[in-house]
Amino acid sequence: MPEDPPEPSRRSDTVWSRLRRSRPAMIGLGLVVLFIALAVLAPVFSAITGNSPYAYNPDLLGPDTSPAGHLGGVSPQHWFGVEPRTGRDLFAIVSYGAQVSLLIGLAATVVSVAVGVAVGLVAGFYGGIADRLLSRLTDIIFGFPFLIFAIALSATVPASFPRPLLLILVIGLFGWPSIARVIRSETLSLRERGFVRAAAAQGTGSGRIIVREIAPNILATVIVFTTVSIPGKIGAEAALSFLGVGVNPPTPSWGRSISDAISWVQVDPMYLIVPGMALFLVTLGFNMFGDGLRDALDPAEHGNENAAAADPMSAGGQS
Amino acid sequence: MNRAKFIASRTIGAILVLLIIAAACFAIFYLMPSNPAQYSCGKPCSSDRLAEVERYLGVDQAWWKQLFDFLGGIVTGRTFGSGAAAIHCDAPCFGYSFRLRESVTDLIVSRLPITLSLTLGAAVLWAVGGIAAGLITSLRRGTFTDSAVMGAAITGISAPTYLLGLLGVLLFGFTLNVLPIGGYIPLTENPAMWAFHLILPWVVLAIANGAIYARLTRGQMLEVLGQDYIRTARAKGLSETVVIGKHGLRNLVVPLTTLFAIDVGGLLGGAVITEKVFALGGVGTLLLEAVSSLDIQVIVGVTLFAAAIVIIANLLADLSYSLLDPRIRASR
Repeated sequence: MPEDPPEPSRRSDTVWSRLRRSRPAMIGLGLVVLFIALAVLAPVFSAITGNSPYAYNPDLLGPDTSPAGHLGGVSPQHWFGVEPRTGRDLFAIVSYGAQVSLLIGLAATVVSVAVGVAVGLVAGFYGGIADRLLSRLTDIIFGFPFLIFAIALSATVPASFPRPLLLILVIGLFGWPSIARVIRSETLSLRERGFVRAAAAQGTGSGRIIVREIAPNILATVIVFTTVSIPGKIGAEAALSFLGVGVNPPTPSWGRSISDAISWVQVDPMYLIVPGMALFLVTLGFNMFGDGLRDALDPAEHGNENAAAADPMSAGGQS
Repeated sequence: MNRAKFIASRTIGAILVLLIIAAACFAIFYLMPSNPAQYSCGKPCSSDRLAEVERYLGVDQAWWKQLFDFLGGIVTGRTFGSGAAAIHCDAPCFGYSFRLRESVTDLIVSRLPITLSLTLGAAVLWAVGGIAAGLITSLRRGTFTDSAVMGAAITGISAPTYLLGLLGVLLFGFTLNVLPIGGYIPLTENPAMWAFHLILPWVVLAIANGAIYARLTRGQMLEVLGQDYIRTARAKGLSETVVIGKHGLRNLVVPLTTLFAIDVGGLLGGAVITEKVFALGGVGTLLLEAVSSLDIQVIVGVTLFAAAIVIIANLLADLSYSLLDPRIRASR
């Protein structure tokens, strides 16, 4: 699954084999693949079962408009039961909800990684006033009350602005400071290394040094950070939808389903548990895989304690 | 740089950042919408009322004058309108809700005890619990305890607080019926009931947030324990308590303070979610109510208030480093 770093194949082999040996990482990868498949195949499942996430089925509800039957109305047609009040198929809602979650989560991650890497590279490589300004900006954004601001913004942005795009931008543009800090500190130390100074001494331009000499050396960090920051972005979309300022109904969203489930939790707990578990498992999957990837790409962390202490980079990220 | 100068420069820096954020909020929320008065009027909004709010806000004035009034209000207070109908808003004036006919500062202050009870109680619980869990696992590395606690930690990180909260409500509130499912009893009214009603929210927030402390503490401790001076301390025959407590833990003070400052700053954001789950009418609920009734004065006020908390928490953390870390003290 992970993109092979453009280094001699022996190294990526060892990364992959180290990853293979980590059971949590493989379970995480399995969960991630499962949910990606669920999202991609949502229309296929929908065609097989004949259930659309928008179709109301009032005939499946009891007199109190909670699902009739056991476990929230689980049946051969409705694998996860149906939604209370509307009778919409919960499996269709979860699988189409996976599309929304993953799309917004991944796109927001791309935005934040792109901004974070750019800011970190420029601040670390050029130093001076650029570094001071960018580091200050990083500090401000890092400490900014993101959730509050996102709520405020989604309340005031005109309804004509596409919601998913707004969420991607808001989540992405607030999520970059941690990666910017790490990339900055890595660039700072790379800048002083022999091969970079040699390139500079040969008259290589700054842009070329960044692309040719520095970028390949921060690739592993970028891959790890991308992976470990995905679950946070997915969680942010779900949290905003939970608070009623995420994607608009009737577009399925796990966060909104969980929020709707508050008033049904006593009568129909399955309505909470099904989308809740989906959100939990996809987050857990990315976290476990990300942890494993970090250990696999950074063997010092994983080796004996002395090796970890000798690694100057492991302390660099904290400052 | 001596300490007084250092404190002064950091404090001025923090105030500047707050003013920049206030100006940015003003630009985004008062200049971008076609008619900010519409957003300040609440729902429903009659045309008479809209005209009244427009007069109060002075939307026809130049943008820099409005910005000056807005920033000036935070520092010295401001008066909306003039003559007999004037509304005065004391400093720090974060805005005035024409819908609720109350200053946003007063609204926040009246809701604050609930939010503080919720978040500070939980923060103590998660910091202590998380650090303890991290310490224990770092000392028992590779054992069953280690993998069990770290497994629990990644679960805690992955589960959203509202999901944990709702499952807690379902299990302890409805199924077992041993804990209240929400609501708030003021501390001054009945301390025992106050705590009883907050147990579930505290534990839920602690599980979700303590996991990060456990992981950070464990990682840092493992790194520290591999250092030469720890070996030296042990070789000198110091007791394990002194080695861990005095030579080991000391290294964690700065990263943990940083993390705690970030968390305290973010408490309000988390409170929005927790207050919704447990039906607590704190500052977070105030914000959500303002969103659904489109009361931008309250929305901007709460945003600024949250930003101020973040900046103050970071400032205090910054200042405390120079006390906590002798290396930083020496280099300044």
